[in-house]
Amino acid sequence: MSMPNPAQQTRSEFAKVAACRADFPALAQEINGHPLAYLDSAASSQQPAVSIDAMAEYQRHSHANVHRGVHTLSHRATDIYEGARDAVKSFINAASRKEVVYTSGTTEGINLVAQSYCRPRLQPGDRIVISHLEHHSNIVPWQIVCEQTGAELLVAPINELGEVLVDELYALLDERVKLLAIAHVSNALGSVVPVADIIAEAHQRGIPVLVDGAQAAPHVALDMQALDADFYVFSGHKMFAPTGIGILYGKEHLLDDMPPWQGGGDMILEVSFAGTTYNELPYKFEAGTPNIAAAAGLGASVHYLQDIGMDAIAEYEHSLLAYLTAELQKIDGMRLIGCAEHKASVQSFLLDDIHPHDLGTILDHQGVAIRTGHHCAMPVMTFFGIPGTARASLALYNNRDDIDQLVDALGKAKDMFAG
Amino acid sequence: MSAAAANQSEIRDLYRELILDHARSPRHFGVLPAATHSARGSNPLCGDSLQLYIEMHADGIINAVSFDGNGCAISIASASLMSETVLGLEADAALNYLANVVGRLNGTTDGNGIDLGKLRALDGVKEYPSRVKCATLAWHALRSALNNDPQSATTE
Repeated sequence: MSMPNPAQQTRSEFAKVAACRADFPALAQEINGHPLAYLDSAASSQQPAVSIDAMAEYQRHSHANVHRGVHTLSHRATDIYEGARDAVKSFINAASRKEVVYTSGTTEGINLVAQSYCRPRLQPGDRIVISHLEHHSNIVPWQIVCEQTGAELLVAPINELGEVLVDELYALLDERVKLLAIAHVSNALGSVVPVADIIAEAHQRGIPVLVDGAQAAPHVALDMQALDADFYVFSGHKMFAPTGIGILYGKEHLLDDMPPWQGGGDMILEVSFAGTTYNELPYKFEAGTPNIAAAAGLGASVHYLQDIGMDAIAEYEHSLLAYLTAELQKIDGMRLIGCAEHKASVQSFLLDDIHPHDLGTILDHQGVAIRTGHHCAMPVMTFFGIPGTARASLALYNNRDDIDQLVDALGKAKDMFAG
Repeated sequence: MSAAAANQSEIRDLYRELILDHARSPRHFGVLPAATHSARGSNPLCGDSLQLYIEMHADGIINAVSFDGNGCAISIASASLMSETVLGLEADAALNYLANVVGRLNGTTDGNGIDLGKLRALDGVKEYPSRVKCATLAWHALRSALNNDPQSATTE
């Protein structure tokens, strides 16, 4: 049997990823007389037709409440909802489906851990460590729980490239630290943080780690058992699923020891006025009727990603990011913000002294959607001494035409402001 | 005209030459050490932040005005145009301009006979709801400054 030529194999995998653009109905439209070049997936990604259809199919034919009824629709709804959980379990290689908790998104997952895991454990003088790269949603929940408990929040520094200074991070990890919370991929800069090494180092010192994976889940293959994160949180809407759903992965023994986050239906086994017995994992953390349609969409999107293959996606995007960065660098007056050695799918930049909001408006007129502003990471902007950036972010459905359209639109913005 | 070309002329209606000129070379930009009134205007969502300084003469006339800070072309140009407009006016007259400009941008008034002059260059902003706050930022700061409002003016 002949082995496939690796170069040919790569080409065919590239072609497979590149072809998937047609699966996303939102991308086949014109904006302001130009084809849409959607370069804002780090804010929210588009949804493939199979995922939209799965949601519509559920709403049309299978909607009922989950885990409650004995009738057919309730069984169907429960199968869809729990089937999506199994799909996520496989997608992230969790050891057990009990470790896969539905949330409304990354933000809720972090708040859940802050309030249910940290709050009962923290004493005055204890510490939580984060990095300077974090999104506000991986800063503010820790500030709140520190205020509630008298604990202290410490911040590991970054360098001019936008990389976490790992040695300085390790120097903070002493016996006072009760949790390390860190992004896998920076939303503002795209820096990939070496979380596997950081987790191993933190564990040597007995410190549990929460990883904010919102920007990693759509771009890299996840393996919870290999990574050994204690908590890993991400959002559906950044990985081609709808808004309003996300995942908290937590190690079973940690989740078991945590009190419920919210009380209500579905999270109980038995209720009396004398007391309540909580349901088992993961239902203990899923009070109330959940977002079943969003789970249907998430399950379909996860299957969609697995069919293409996360490694193929990562490789395709890596090559596209290299092209984006190289093309931007050719533009006079371009200042790239965030040049970490390891990056995923994001490039922030400033052009001449054109304000990012002006760039955003001018680019929109040419069909190019980017994000402008502080990207919910104001400390990162403060570090670079800038009020904000323009940010182009890539996903599996982007191609070189999108980037060429961006570069062309930036040239027009330059002309307009050159005067 | 193609859709794309029509569109290019629309964007020129937002970024008119006068707007770009004031954004590139803002008038009365800097700190006013002798200011009798000052206020900060900030747009927390986009990070734009301006400080407005006014030196009011004893006879109630705005004797000098300046601003500094950072913001997009629309907010800087609007602040610059405002500074030219209110210089030499009494507070009431300045507030009358404010009501007209902000009202026109928000679509609540079409003006009440006042001649807005150069300020009409801001009319293109009306078509961009997400940018109206940029154009009104300096004007909200003007209101705070003239009212001696210690709170910073925000567009939120």
